Amino acid sequence: MTADTPSSPPSERSRSAFEKGLDRLFEGTTLGFALFILLLLVAIGLLVLVQGWPAIQRFGLAFLWTSSWNPVTETYGVLPMIYGTLVSSAIALLIAVPLGLGTALFLSENFIPLKIRTVLVFMVELLAAIPSVVYGLWGIFVLIPALKWFFDLFGVNFTGPSMLAASLVLAIMILPIITAISRDSLAALPPELRQGSYGLGATRWGTIFRVLIPAAISGIVGGVMLALGRAMGETMAVTMLIGNSNSINPSLLAPGNTISSLLANQFAEAKGIQVSALMYAAFVLVILTLIVNILADWIVRKLEAKY
Amino acid sequence: MVDTMPMNGTMTDVVLRAKDCDIYYGAYKAVRDVSIDIPKNKITAFIGPSGCGKSTVLRCFNRLNDLIESFRLKGQMTYHGQDLYASDVDPVEVRRRIGMLFQKPNPFPKTIYDNIAYGPRIKGFKGDLDELVETSLRRAVLWDEVKDKLQESGFSLSGGQQQRLCIARTIAVEPEVVLMDEPCAALDPISTLKIEELMKELVQNYTIIIVTHNMQQATRVADYTAFYNAQVVEGAGGKVGYLAEFNHTETIFSDPEQESTRDYVTGRFG
Repeated sequence: MTADTPSSPPSERSRSAFEKGLDRLFEGTTLGFALFILLLLVAIGLLVLVQGWPAIQRFGLAFLWTSSWNPVTETYGVLPMIYGTLVSSAIALLIAVPLGLGTALFLSENFIPLKIRTVLVFMVELLAAIPSVVYGLWGIFVLIPALKWFFDLFGVNFTGPSMLAASLVLAIMILPIITAISRDSLAALPPELRQGSYGLGATRWGTIFRVLIPAAISGIVGGVMLALGRAMGETMAVTMLIGNSNSINPSLLAPGNTISSLLANQFAEAKGIQVSALMYAAFVLVILTLIVNILADWIVRKLEAKY
Repeated sequence: MVDTMPMNGTMTDVVLRAKDCDIYYGAYKAVRDVSIDIPKNKITAFIGPSGCGKSTVLRCFNRLNDLIESFRLKGQMTYHGQDLYASDVDPVEVRRRIGMLFQKPNPFPKTIYDNIAYGPRIKGFKGDLDELVETSLRRAVLWDEVKDKLQESGFSLSGGQQQRLCIARTIAVEPEVVLMDEPCAALDPISTLKIEELMKELVQNYTIIIVTHNMQQATRVADYTAFYNAQVVEGAGGKVGYLAEFNHTETIFSDPEQESTRDYVTGRFG
């Protein structure tokens, strides 16, 4: 260093007040955005809670285990809808998880040339872009007749709109979520992991099941939980296919109902305490999804901590 | 013509042999005309400038290049005289006999114990797994450092320890040859020294090939050294690697035959 360039501490150099102001402005803006999201969430929750308040006071927690929904006698309970929401989502997951994970594995490994893979990935992602009302129509005009034909073979009476039909369509709808997220977490694994396993003399299947899936499990579970949230909240396609019967029927071939489908069906004609009861039901759904999300987060953390 | 046989005929058994090997990626020829004999229970170092194909050749020996779709080998590679690329040879079986250690330590996201037990388990090991894990870790001189935390994640170890864990994992499947692709490139000098000492221990039971950019490392550990060089190819838009010289390590470093070898080992290029 020459003598004529005085060494000054970095803090005194260069950055102008304007530059620093920009930094602060940026920080403030992003903070504002983040707070806005938070406020939005709180506002939605509050609105639902406030509108549902009369029903909450009147029916109390018994709302959760009452199974009649009768605007005439003004007795309301959402047990059948909670049941329908949970069962249809669970069945959808049961079908979509193996299918989605299998697809993700197939698309992340080099079973087929890259070009064909790219096309397939695109097609899976297209599934996510189909509007849910189209899924509903497809269910009515394709899936239900097909199921009818299938059950006729065994002499089983299948009326049409049912828990099964809704669950199957839900499974197809959440498939791209599971596939895309699982594929991404598998593809993000370091190539060294794969090579290390092959280098020890592992087969491809051994590598997939003993190394790759365990290494990507937190991402995969995260995707599954996101899909579950979607399945629980899905409205249009389910309304069109589930039959909207407010009773618990153990048969999957019988109609049922879900909370979101109940809301969609009744809101237009509801008044008075029924609106409040619907809001209460919405609040239950919000809490239900919240529980699922917290559970998902907990599982992901648990799995991550293992490694 | 390159002399592929170290002089004075004291060479022990040949474990791996490459004969007139050309290696292609698609239409691109990456390595040409490699012929080399790898002696048993010795450490052979592959040195040379970047892009000279030394890692590529190394990965051919346990068919790890099979994972690259466009890879193609012309010529013959044999393991105890048996063609490694014959159609009836199972690459999985090859890799069980010819293990591999990578530049970046790559423990599996499993416990230390399960990392070691992985190889034996996939082989269907029936004996005492605890004992095997212990002996493998002892041979990799890692046992004393990890014996109290075998159920902790392999990632909890330092880089040097992770690399020794990977060595333990490799020798747990009892290969005959261990290929090392710049095993110390990501490690500090002390860990490097530990790995080098370990290599000298292991070579009594194993044949080792090590790719290294560190010439001091080659002089410290290797019995034989192969110098690879790269040549610019007119029109093809790339370089092709070839084996320039192969001999006893002392000869390569003190009295090489080729001018390019002398320039490289004295640090004039590369």
